[in-house]
Amino acid sequence: MKLFQDLLRDYKFAWGFSVLCLLVIFASLSFFSPYDPTLWGVVPRDMQPSAEHWLGTDSNGQDVFWMASFAVRNSLTIAIIAGVVSRIIAVIVGMVAGYKGGMTDRVLMFFSDSLLVIPLFLIIVMLAMLIRDSMNLVTLGLLLACFGWAWDARLIRSQILSLRERDFTQTAVLSGTGTLRLVLNEYMPYATPLIFSTLINNMAWAIGLEITLAILGLIDLSIPTLGTMLYWAISYQAILLGRWWWLLTPVILSVLLFVALYWLSVSISEYLDPRTRIQRVGVS
Amino acid sequence: MFFRRYLIPRLIQYALVIAIGITAVFFIPRMLPNDPVMRTISELRARGSYLEPGAMDKIIADMTQMYGLEGSTLEQYGAFWTRLLRGDLGVSFFQFPTPVNALIATALPWTAGLLLSTTILSWVLGNILGGFAGYFSHKRWSRTLDAVAMVIRPLPYYIFAFALLLLLTYVVRWFPISGGAGIGHQPGFNLPYIRDVLWHSFLPALSITILGTAAWFQTMKLVVQNVNSENFVQYAKLGGVEESRIVSRYVIRNALLPQITGLGLSLGLIFSGALITEIVFSYPGLGTLLYNAIINGDYNLIMGITVFSIVAITTAVLIVDLLYPLFDPRIRYM
Amino acid sequence: MNNTILKTEALQAFYVLDLYGKSKVVKAVNDVDLAIQEDEIYGIAGESGCGKSTLLKTLAAATEPPLRVVSGRVCYRIDGVDVDVATLSPEAKRKLRLEYIAYVPQGSMSVLNPVAKIKETYRDFVESHVGGQSKVDAFDLARRHIIELGLPPKVLDAYPHQLSGGMRQRVTIALATLLSPRIIIGDEPTTALDVVVQRGVVQLLKDVQRNLRNTIILVTHDMGVHANIADRIGIMYAGKIVEQAPTDKIFGEPAHPYTQYLINSLPKFGDKSTRESVPGSPPSLANLPSGCPFHPRCPHVMEVCKQQMPGFTQLAPTHKVACWLFGEGENGKTA
Repeated sequence: MKLFQDLLRDYKFAWGFSVLCLLVIFASLSFFSPYDPTLWGVVPRDMQPSAEHWLGTDSNGQDVFWMASFAVRNSLTIAIIAGVVSRIIAVIVGMVAGYKGGMTDRVLMFFSDSLLVIPLFLIIVMLAMLIRDSMNLVTLGLLLACFGWAWDARLIRSQILSLRERDFTQTAVLSGTGTLRLVLNEYMPYATPLIFSTLINNMAWAIGLEITLAILGLIDLSIPTLGTMLYWAISYQAILLGRWWWLLTPVILSVLLFVALYWLSVSISEYLDPRTRIQRVGVS
Repeated sequence: MFFRRYLIPRLIQYALVIAIGITAVFFIPRMLPNDPVMRTISELRARGSYLEPGAMDKIIADMTQMYGLEGSTLEQYGAFWTRLLRGDLGVSFFQFPTPVNALIATALPWTAGLLLSTTILSWVLGNILGGFAGYFSHKRWSRTLDAVAMVIRPLPYYIFAFALLLLLTYVVRWFPISGGAGIGHQPGFNLPYIRDVLWHSFLPALSITILGTAAWFQTMKLVVQNVNSENFVQYAKLGGVEESRIVSRYVIRNALLPQITGLGLSLGLIFSGALITEIVFSYPGLGTLLYNAIINGDYNLIMGITVFSIVAITTAVLIVDLLYPLFDPRIRYM
Repeated sequence: MNNTILKTEALQAFYVLDLYGKSKVVKAVNDVDLAIQEDEIYGIAGESGCGKSTLLKTLAAATEPPLRVVSGRVCYRIDGVDVDVATLSPEAKRKLRLEYIAYVPQGSMSVLNPVAKIKETYRDFVESHVGGQSKVDAFDLARRHIIELGLPPKVLDAYPHQLSGGMRQRVTIALATLLSPRIIIGDEPTTALDVVVQRGVVQLLKDVQRNLRNTIILVTHDMGVHANIADRIGIMYAGKIVEQAPTDKIFGEPAHPYTQYLINSLPKFGDKSTRESVPGSPPSLANLPSGCPFHPRCPHVMEVCKQQMPGFTQLAPTHKVACWLFGEGENGKTA
């Protein structure tokens, strides 16, 4: 709680947190939507923003406002699945590599380094294409989770390496604490803020890839997400036909979401280590 | 020492990364319940009537050979490598019988041109701006630039590209919406063609450059702020060394080292970003080729592009890594 | 005749930090009066974290935010005229460095530019001060200077990471003396070196001082080094000078309880009793105890110590101490 109060004093954190809260509220509005997002033609097509349809309607006959609210909800869901699952992988790999050291460490780190160098995006595209038919929110989240842990495993590993050198590790080991207990009880509290900050980065990365895959037509296009909204807007030539509200809505929502997540993560990592603010922003 | 501790590990890693990447490309389709090769073949059989009977057989033979569907998985794996090592990526299904190599060769100059110019430009620009902003971090203009970068940096390539597209083509109506070279100009070194290429490349190049500059700007600014507090910079200041010398010979020169490593590490991300930007602006490079391959279900082409990209990117990373010792004597004289 | 070359008056230099909206003041240099003479080696001693290095930065007029000179002034005597450094332009201050006041840093890996050869660093230092000199002249000067100080000339072609710690430290001393400055400031120049190398470095500093007949201000926590080299010593505690005397007086008749601890912690020839170190740990400069900052660790603590900081008492013409055991000080002025 103290940590949270300290962070809120930073304008970046305060701003990012407020915007994220607003977006979550906007997303939860979708539970009260008067329209079914999977149906077409529930409202008149291609209407300009008006009192009745705040953000206009699209060429599929959907209300852009309610569609966007579903889209933010689904995109956040994918991001949370991908973020949490890949965090579990990253924590396990990072802790095992950092704690065991030696050959285990070298093999695991070589593997994660390879994932960093290879243009992963193409491999994800290949995979997505193969499982296109069974692609839903959960499978997409899991697919992204398989690839989004490499960098963060490295960060967690170096944190563990520095913790391993500290006195309390020796004390705990000498007093007979088991490895698992040591890691869970002694190391986790130190690693938690770092894990949280990588979670936020990873969520941004997952949303970015979701949008990419959607634009390539590789996910179920009947599920409203920020990506599929952009897909439909592009394939109906919204730019050429002057339906700016249709493209502008997901673009602005994405900008808000990415900037808010980024500012949160920058603020947390500054708090963790004021000297080096260097970090990856994983959007492809 | 240099060879054993720096060069040899790098080369081994290079070979291993390529091996892992290509092995993944080989095994990923096989791990799935519905083998894409079999599926493609059955799809092809179903629409066989659109193709000449001979062509149909050729495709199936080609695929069977490519994947070596007969024999054990290990034999298939061996055959796959033999074929790749000959530089053969197979034939495109959709644009049959154009070899994948030929398709990549047509698209490659576009992507290479775009990628090379924007990567170099944004790296140089970002490092210069970031270097100054980091050294004069208390100045007002430095904070303004930082604030701008804080907003641009997190945006994914296509979101930024769309925003730019909306602004410049729709609101201002300045730029053509899509296409590489315009129709009606023969490719070659004539002025209208070159002007056309530049014109159509401008928006994608602009969007990649701005994003890249923002990213390099931010890291460079931080690195410079850190180098600035290093003992040797403080010492040079206490020795009354001229400020211009301190900036160029102490701060920038040392701060560039992590940026060179960073360039190597981020080439993969930059590459992916460039592909997506190409798709948004219908720029006729590898990205658009990939997009069309996905739309047409041309699995062989996608695989070819992936294999090619893995080799190209890891090679580029290796080159950056091998150039690094030129700038850092600590590695050169280990 | 006035031989004072560097003088501070009621100097206060604080770090003002802003941590998540809470401002924090670290009183690193708190009311310091110094009068350092020409042709002397003045030692400043104290535990780590007592503000010694900050004092040096302030003396070198190299304060940068968040370090600020809050009050008082630093004066150099340049060609017989007292100059307040606060009145100098940045360019004038830059010119004074190395030519008038030079700095020898703590011996560590990172004081020399890691990507430049030693001769390039020499060139940067020389060319920044001696205008119009050609490149060849700068190298030539460096080479002659290196040989004069007894260093092998091939160090000029080496990179810093190729030199030993002692050699790097000699290179920095050589750099500092290149333009025959009137004042040399040394910030723990012997720390992080092994004992044999330390001796060589101390000897080099002594030789330099004998040749140039200039002033050396030497900061180190190592009383042994002070005994070897200093003419006068100021003992610093929690940002204040608490005792000042010629070296033999400090070692012979230490007055302040803190000084006594510092002296007693040194090994003595033939004395086999256990060495006492100062009990407790130095106070945080951000949160000083009231009154005399040493009172929580002082064996002779009195009620008044907790209330008020004593002024200086003159025990002898050259020996002054700020401690209630010896009186409240001249005019009751706090030190």
